[in-house]
Amino acid sequence: MLAKVHVTLKNGVLDPQGKAVRNALSGLGFAGIGEVRQGKLIEIELAETDRAKAKRDVEAMCRKLLANTVIEDFTIEFAES
Amino acid sequence: MRAAVIVFPGSNCDRDAAVALTKIVGRAPAMIWHRDTELPKLDLIVVPGGFSYGDYLRSGAMAARSPVMREVIKRAEAGVAVLGICNGFQILTEAGLLPGALMRNAALKFICRPVHLRVETTATAFTRRYKKGQVVTFPIAHGEGNYFAAPEVMKRLEGEDRVAFRYTSPDGRIDPAHNPNGSLGAIAGILNERRNVLGLMPHPERASDPLLGFGGTGAAMFEGLIEAVAA
Repeated sequence: MLAKVHVTLKNGVLDPQGKAVRNALSGLGFAGIGEVRQGKLIEIELAETDRAKAKRDVEAMCRKLLANTVIEDFTIEFAES
Repeated sequence: MRAAVIVFPGSNCDRDAAVALTKIVGRAPAMIWHRDTELPKLDLIVVPGGFSYGDYLRSGAMAARSPVMREVIKRAEAGVAVLGICNGFQILTEAGLLPGALMRNAALKFICRPVHLRVETTATAFTRRYKKGQVVTFPIAHGEGNYFAAPEVMKRLEGEDRVAFRYTSPDGRIDPAHNPNGSLGAIAGILNERRNVLGLMPHPERASDPLLGFGGTGAAMFEGLIEAVAA
């Protein structure tokens, strides 16, 4: 099974990189761009086949290492690898 | 004073710290590799600056989970002084020894220059040799020094006199023009609840000898620690 972890800055935490990307997009002539937030995608191959167990494991990974929960939120998706 | 400097792959201020400690303490610190799981008897642990583990994932994230840090956390909890400088500060927040986080500089640029800092508290071994309100000059060299903490954490830090240094103008005024990285409350360094752990982005070890400039005002931090150990 493949876990896809999205890590993003929490709402309310300033994202200067997102702002710079937004300005660059506007500078390229793309109109109607609202806020841009930048995050990261982490893909993890798992031997575990039980979805519920895998979810618990990956949540623990997020809390222990993958996300800094002081400033970041995470979401987890699963796909068959 | 028995001191140690932790060395991670990618640390680059470990030797600066060792040179400063050797000169001020009068004997060389133990250099402890990140895979070590035992520490000698110590009065001070320095977590130095640099780019531990290449700043992979987040700056300080990997180092905070390395084997030696479990031991550093134990010693900190036992009251040993722990000083995190620059990447060391990032590591201490990632390890949970200090609250908050250090984010990308507001202007997205790596900044390497001297800054003015106001000493906000002298109620800790780290700053007992300074005067409250004294302005010192230390260099900074970081891309992620933008201190952030939730409002309730900020309130506690302020209420418990745990802000050790703030970025200010040369005459000690707080204004956005003298906050190099966008840190909340112009915070440059903070203490833990027990006041034996200090993390700061500026480099006192690079200002610890008059030959390095800045009046050598960084030395007083190490002198204060020596004094506290002797007391």
